[in-house]
Amino acid sequence: MQLSRPPVRLGVRLLVLLTFAILPGLTAAFDQPFLLDLALRMMILATAAVSLNLILGYGGMISFGHAAYIGIGAYAVGIPAYYGEYSGYVQLPLAIGAGALFALITGFICLRTKGVYFIMITLAFAQMAYFAFVSIEEYGGDDGLVINLRSKFTGVIDMESTHEFYYVVLVFLVGALYLVSRIVNARFGMVIQGAKDNEPRMQSLGFDTFRYRLACYVIAGAMAAAAGWLMGNYNYFFSPEMMSWTHSGELIFMVVLGGAGSLFGPVLGAIVLIILEEVLSGATVYWPLILGAILISVVLFARGGLEGALAMLERRK
Amino acid sequence: MNTPVLEVRELSKRFGGINATDRVDLDVHEGEILAVIGPNGAGKTTLIAQLAGMLAPDSGRIRFAGRDITGLPPHARARLGMARSFQITSIFDALSVLDNTLLAVQAHAGHSYRFWRRARRDKKLTEPAMAALQQVGLADKAAANARGLSHGEHRQLEIAMALAGTSKLLLLDEPMAGMGGEESARMVDLLRALKSSKSILLIEHDMDVVFALADRITVMVDGKAIASGAPEEIRADENVRRAYLGVETPGDA
Ligand SMILES: Nc1ncnc2c1ncn2[C@@H]1O[C@H](COP(=O)(O)OP(=O)(O)OP(=O)(O)O)[C@@H](O)[C@H]1O
Ligand SMILES: [Mg+2]
Repeated sequence: MQLSRPPVRLGVRLLVLLTFAILPGLTAAFDQPFLLDLALRMMILATAAVSLNLILGYGGMISFGHAAYIGIGAYAVGIPAYYGEYSGYVQLPLAIGAGALFALITGFICLRTKGVYFIMITLAFAQMAYFAFVSIEEYGGDDGLVINLRSKFTGVIDMESTHEFYYVVLVFLVGALYLVSRIVNARFGMVIQGAKDNEPRMQSLGFDTFRYRLACYVIAGAMAAAAGWLMGNYNYFFSPEMMSWTHSGELIFMVVLGGAGSLFGPVLGAIVLIILEEVLSGATVYWPLILGAILISVVLFARGGLEGALAMLERRK
Repeated sequence: MNTPVLEVRELSKRFGGINATDRVDLDVHEGEILAVIGPNGAGKTTLIAQLAGMLAPDSGRIRFAGRDITGLPPHARARLGMARSFQITSIFDALSVLDNTLLAVQAHAGHSYRFWRRARRDKKLTEPAMAALQQVGLADKAAANARGLSHGEHRQLEIAMALAGTSKLLLLDEPMAGMGGEESARMVDLLRALKSSKSILLIEHDMDVVFALADRITVMVDGKAIASGAPEEIRADENVRRAYLGVETPGDA
């Protein structure tokens, strides 16, 4: 036992968040707006991945349909806007409420199954949502829906300003991290983690694990829909394609790569995955193959993902 | 001493051709230890699984704390005050030893839809959890990961989890199996001390332990409760001697 371990993980967390915090100043100074755009995408997808980690990493519920919530949140911007309702006070609660409701209804069914069946049913529900939006011509069908203005919080925040929007996104990411850190360490989170580890034992102790899991599933759905609300605003556009299973798979990739069941892992996973995609897609058309190989190596050789690797550094020193 | 906490009537369960539980009647009274003994495969664990609600009986009734619980799921029975320990250790591997007992305490501390306060800093949970670990002699391992415990320590933790709650009935399935002599002796003392506050249904192969602790004994053979009575009566019972006690006690440690 070492008395003082180098706080590698804490250092990385602070470094990442600090970099995000000062990035708008840097990109303005060096005239690199592209980087800001990249950071926005990282933070939004990281927020969604943090919510997925709550159910997948802490709760052992491997949802293969999490991108559906991003779609629900984004359409909660686009559809009201289509009818001329731009208020963020309408759109954001609508996104969160719709995400929670979709999670409640589908979770009620999904959570009666386990293992591979759970994965398949979450996937099936997400695909249903995807095809539903593809089939609604009114909202653009598979061409997607253009959002001509971002959510309005008149007099409070100007979401059209890139910098203000950027900090809104950062606040959502930090808020999601804080929320998950509270939840998983509270009594509720103990139940969720116990149910992942040994569900029959939890039941024989007296926990109605189904209900706790369902509540957890709803919280994660609401959070992911909030990330979707950010995504719709960010793109000024949403296409049902972004709810497809490949994007759900990407979110799982982020969680596993960063370290499932570690608070900050999904953020690292999102950052690294997006960088890899940028670099590899420029270099070769076979980039999805390389990504796949990386994922398999992480699953086989580095079960704790990036956070696990950092924790190992702390122990070694 | 007279009101039965648990009443089992005509309980039956078949697995294919085997009568694992065959029209079993038994009562556990308030503040007593009822030992259920019987050879390997007699149906003792199957009986407990039905009492705890993890296995549905084919027929028969179970009453607990004055109500019929035959159709209730495990968590609802546990909430009524029934705790179980498992013959094959069933703990939370990924959590710490303290977390394991903390969950057992939390199960009895009202609902757990509490999203904010840190459970591990909640004295209402940690103090009873530590007390349970102290009772079984595992307090110095509280911070350790449950996965890393020795086999004997796993058994101690299993008991601590059954004790940690406020349950009035403990269903203990061979709690001492796999423990060293010293821990076993400690458990015997512990169970004897608990008798005043809890009722216990104890499955145990070690006859010294059974005769040291039991107020009454039920003998199971091939799914049937062939005899029930005070220890002296059981010791003297011809059927029991022939079917069970006469033969070498088959231990399965
Ligand atoms: N799930 C099951 N499916 C089929 N048969 C089972 C099942 N569970 C138990 N049995 C059978 O039922 C009988 C009773 O088993 P049980 O485990 O209840 O015995 P036991 O008295 O606890 O034995 P031991 O002393 O070895 O723990 C055995 O013949 C066993 O093989
Ligand atoms: Mg058994």
